[in-house]
Amino acid sequence: MSKARSSLARTGAVHVALIAYTLVALFPVFLTIANSFKSRNAIFREPLAVPTPETFSLIGYETVLKQGDFIGYFQNSVVVTVVSIALVLLFGAMAAFALSEYRFRGNTLMGLYLALGIMIPIRLGTVAILQGMVATNLVNTLTALILVYTAQGLPLAVFILSEFMRTVSDDLKNAGRIDGLSEYAIFFQLVLPLIRPAMATVAVFTMIPIWNDLWFPLILAPAESTKTITLGSQIFIGQFVTNWNAVLSALSLAIFPVLVLYVIFSRQLIRGITAGAVK
Amino acid sequence: MAGISKPRRRHGRGADECAHFERHRGCATRKPVRTGQRPMNKREIMMDVGELKRPRRWHILVFLTPALLIYTAVMILPLIETLRQSFFNTVDGEYTFVGLGNFNVLFGDPRWAADFWNALRNNVIFFLIHMAVQNPIGIALAAMLSVPKLRFSAFYRTAIFLPTLLSFVIVGFIWKLILSPIWGVAPYLMDLVGLKWLFAPWLGRPDSALIAVSLISVWQYIGIPMMLIYAALLNIPDEVIEAAELDGVTGWSQFWKIKLPLILPAIGIVSILTFVGNFNAFDLIYTVQGALAGPNGSTDILGTLLYRTFFGFQLQLGDRSMGATIATVMFLIILAGVSLYLFVIQRRMRRYQF
Amino acid sequence: MTRTTMKGLLLASSILGSAGLAQAEDTTLTIESWRNDDLAIWQEKLIPAFEAKNPGIKVVFSPSAPTEYNAALNAKLDAGSAGDLITCRPFDASLELYNKKHLADLTGLAGMENFSDVAKSAWTTDDGKTTFCVPMASVIHGFIYNKDAFDQLGLTVPTTEAEFFAVLDKIKEDGNYIPMAMGTKDLWEAATMGYQNIGPNYWKGEEGRLALIKGEQKLTDEPWVEPYRVLAKWKDYLGDGFEAQTYPDSQNLFTLGRAAIYPAGSWEISGFNAQADFKMGAFPPPVKNAGDTCYISDHNDIGIGLNAKSPNADAAKTFLTWVASPEFADIYANALPGFFSLNSTAVKMSDPLAQEFVSWREKCKSTIRSTYQILSRGTPNLENETWVASANVINGTETPEEAAKKLQEGLESWYKPAK
Repeated sequence: MSKARSSLARTGAVHVALIAYTLVALFPVFLTIANSFKSRNAIFREPLAVPTPETFSLIGYETVLKQGDFIGYFQNSVVVTVVSIALVLLFGAMAAFALSEYRFRGNTLMGLYLALGIMIPIRLGTVAILQGMVATNLVNTLTALILVYTAQGLPLAVFILSEFMRTVSDDLKNAGRIDGLSEYAIFFQLVLPLIRPAMATVAVFTMIPIWNDLWFPLILAPAESTKTITLGSQIFIGQFVTNWNAVLSALSLAIFPVLVLYVIFSRQLIRGITAGAVK
Repeated sequence: MAGISKPRRRHGRGADECAHFERHRGCATRKPVRTGQRPMNKREIMMDVGELKRPRRWHILVFLTPALLIYTAVMILPLIETLRQSFFNTVDGEYTFVGLGNFNVLFGDPRWAADFWNALRNNVIFFLIHMAVQNPIGIALAAMLSVPKLRFSAFYRTAIFLPTLLSFVIVGFIWKLILSPIWGVAPYLMDLVGLKWLFAPWLGRPDSALIAVSLISVWQYIGIPMMLIYAALLNIPDEVIEAAELDGVTGWSQFWKIKLPLILPAIGIVSILTFVGNFNAFDLIYTVQGALAGPNGSTDILGTLLYRTFFGFQLQLGDRSMGATIATVMFLIILAGVSLYLFVIQRRMRRYQF
Repeated sequence: MTRTTMKGLLLASSILGSAGLAQAEDTTLTIESWRNDDLAIWQEKLIPAFEAKNPGIKVVFSPSAPTEYNAALNAKLDAGSAGDLITCRPFDASLELYNKKHLADLTGLAGMENFSDVAKSAWTTDDGKTTFCVPMASVIHGFIYNKDAFDQLGLTVPTTEAEFFAVLDKIKEDGNYIPMAMGTKDLWEAATMGYQNIGPNYWKGEEGRLALIKGEQKLTDEPWVEPYRVLAKWKDYLGDGFEAQTYPDSQNLFTLGRAAIYPAGSWEISGFNAQADFKMGAFPPPVKNAGDTCYISDHNDIGIGLNAKSPNADAAKTFLTWVASPEFADIYANALPGFFSLNSTAVKMSDPLAQEFVSWREKCKSTIRSTYQILSRGTPNLENETWVASANVINGTETPEEAAKKLQEGLESWYKPAK
């Protein structure tokens, strides 16, 4: 009886704490979206207010949609992000499996080698990367971005996935081997499904910097046909005049796809966990 | 075990069979070869990798190749090209090898050294604030989210993770607007609770700017530790929790005594990721405080110093050699931190677990 | 070696591959620029005007954000993927590009004769022999004020330092307006709109600037410290929390009618015209004593050059010659009031505020920003240091003398004036 009450009180406290932090997390996002629907004067006169009939304005969204092909930018961002994540997950998991499952000469070295990439920002290699892309005729293609993001995402993916792969039960894999499964089958059929939560985590981690990156799109693929949404919205931040309406609208629009991607992966994460796969 | 149909595939790890299956890494960690009973002889090592003729070893190569290829071509070679430049500089108009000359300048020249140590000090503070604020709050949030049968937990999770999904442009803009003394959302809100006197133009004061930016960064990134720890908490087997409850260990003491030790590896990963992320950080400071990381360099961290030096800023021309030198030093700092983690902390944690 | 390996690996790993782009029959010229503010003007006015006269040449204006422009452009030039036409920052940044053979020599370009030596100075080698960018525009510093506010408070435009502070005192006393809209958060505002704006009156424009380059004056000399002393006094007239006030904050404070005076650059004109719903006027930086010669900062700001590796050099030169023409000057200066043409042919401007700014050229002596030529070639970079110092002085965290001393020491550490 008293136990039930105390647990009820505890749940209540947990909800209060979580709601409080949720407000902290969402408030700035709310401000962004609310202000994107207001006229410029209203943004600065009353940044806190929700749009009212007097202050409501779609001018930002109109500017955004007029200026450049935002649907196209969206598509570019989505293609680059999704393909890069897929490659990072596949190649990263394969490498992580090799490193965590087999012992071979140079295993530790290989692990360290793959971890090096976590330690230096890839941005530093910009000039050489760009030269490579120019030489291979990949400038202003989405392929260039995908290659860079895949390379950038791999070290962390291998690092995290190999940590998780070590927790996968050996009995299971051995049972598979006894049943005559090939190493590939063990990887794809037994191990991959088991580390789905970890894969979802890596996917989310990989997605964020790719979606929000400004630098490589600017350097490698600034052409109109390959612009990403983040680069596209940057056009409204000028030298002397910043069109806040348009910036806010463009950025509000940019939140949604990434949120959708996140929700997809997050479902996957939960499903993986609740399936009770990881024991 | 002898009855296994394909006896040469010896990857098993039964608790007592381990000694027979040294080829398996899981065993190696438990009884590391280096400290273990019997170092592998040369021939055995050669067989391990060298004899790829044995069809069953090809798969290692297949598993590794795609990642290695892309990673090497697009990341490592360009980075080597950049780091190489830290040993070169233009002397009398000639681009020549100068050995450690650039490092001498960085640490020997009072101006360079002052800039560097200032950035490093700020970076350490930046990191410490993350460790002290972001990770404990992240763990607390994860612990609360993992309360069984918590309603709306998916909503909370998504909401708290949302800031992590935002681009720096938006985070920078919105926080500048919130903290602005003029359009002041913050002064207004603080006024509501009678705390207006506490408000100050934090981002513009040398003594508070770094803390303010660090907290913005914490706000943005808290979702990452939360997610990783949350996943780790869910991964704790139900039996363990049930056993604990049978023993009457519940609530807080259950968290401290049972769960926390079990999620230590995850906390380890979170810490090292925070370390690496913070010492590579750049974008947020750049969008909030600009490339000069004002006021008076008080928010300058290694990333912003590197950017200014390597790519230049305004009239300052990019100096590839000195930029590469700073990059090399950053790399060494991070390498030292990661090695410390991999070879000391992680080892110890493993031993503790088993 | 590494590069060849990398190329090979890259080729091997380019999974998606890319078909060679089919070349269109038209020549397409791409302009690299940091002026994304001007995108609409290029797309709607300038490019159509050019393309109408030059069939067969298409022009694409491809701006990037101003803060990333230099870094991105340099990377692209080094790798050979930059556009055909390069918008030139003034002085050393572009000189460096020319020295690295990224910009082509344009000395003999048809149309170059339309510019005076002063106009070309920002894009000419130290020996004055080679010009590598076509000058496009300069910007003038001064103060823009809220005319309605001045009328309401019965204020007249100040011409001397004393009058200037008297006006500020009155506005402050009245309390309805923030006397001056400026913040120090973004640093450059303090240096550009503050120090470089009022400074020329104290160091006597070109006279002082050249003396500094020759080593005859030091930054610790009175003419260079005094502007800092004046700036330090501005602190009391800025809005609450000006330390965290950003540049857009200042713009908005003024255009929303909350501040009375705005230390300005002429580039603000078009934006302010669009946003402010009150009358505006402008006055040049006040002189120290009545009757002193006035000096203004009339700074060469934008030029445009030819990427030395451009495969379309001929078409690009045709375009540059057009940029050098009075026709371009006319469209540009009127589309962007506040960016004043450097063309010798006078341009008729319709904007009254722009006319006011440009009229100061008649009565005051022009100079360029003191830190731009030669003095910011080394490390520490004088311009960047000036940003920090100016903000520190206004914030009160550094005295004018300390700031000047630090700047001079930084400069001396690498700069040896030619004797």
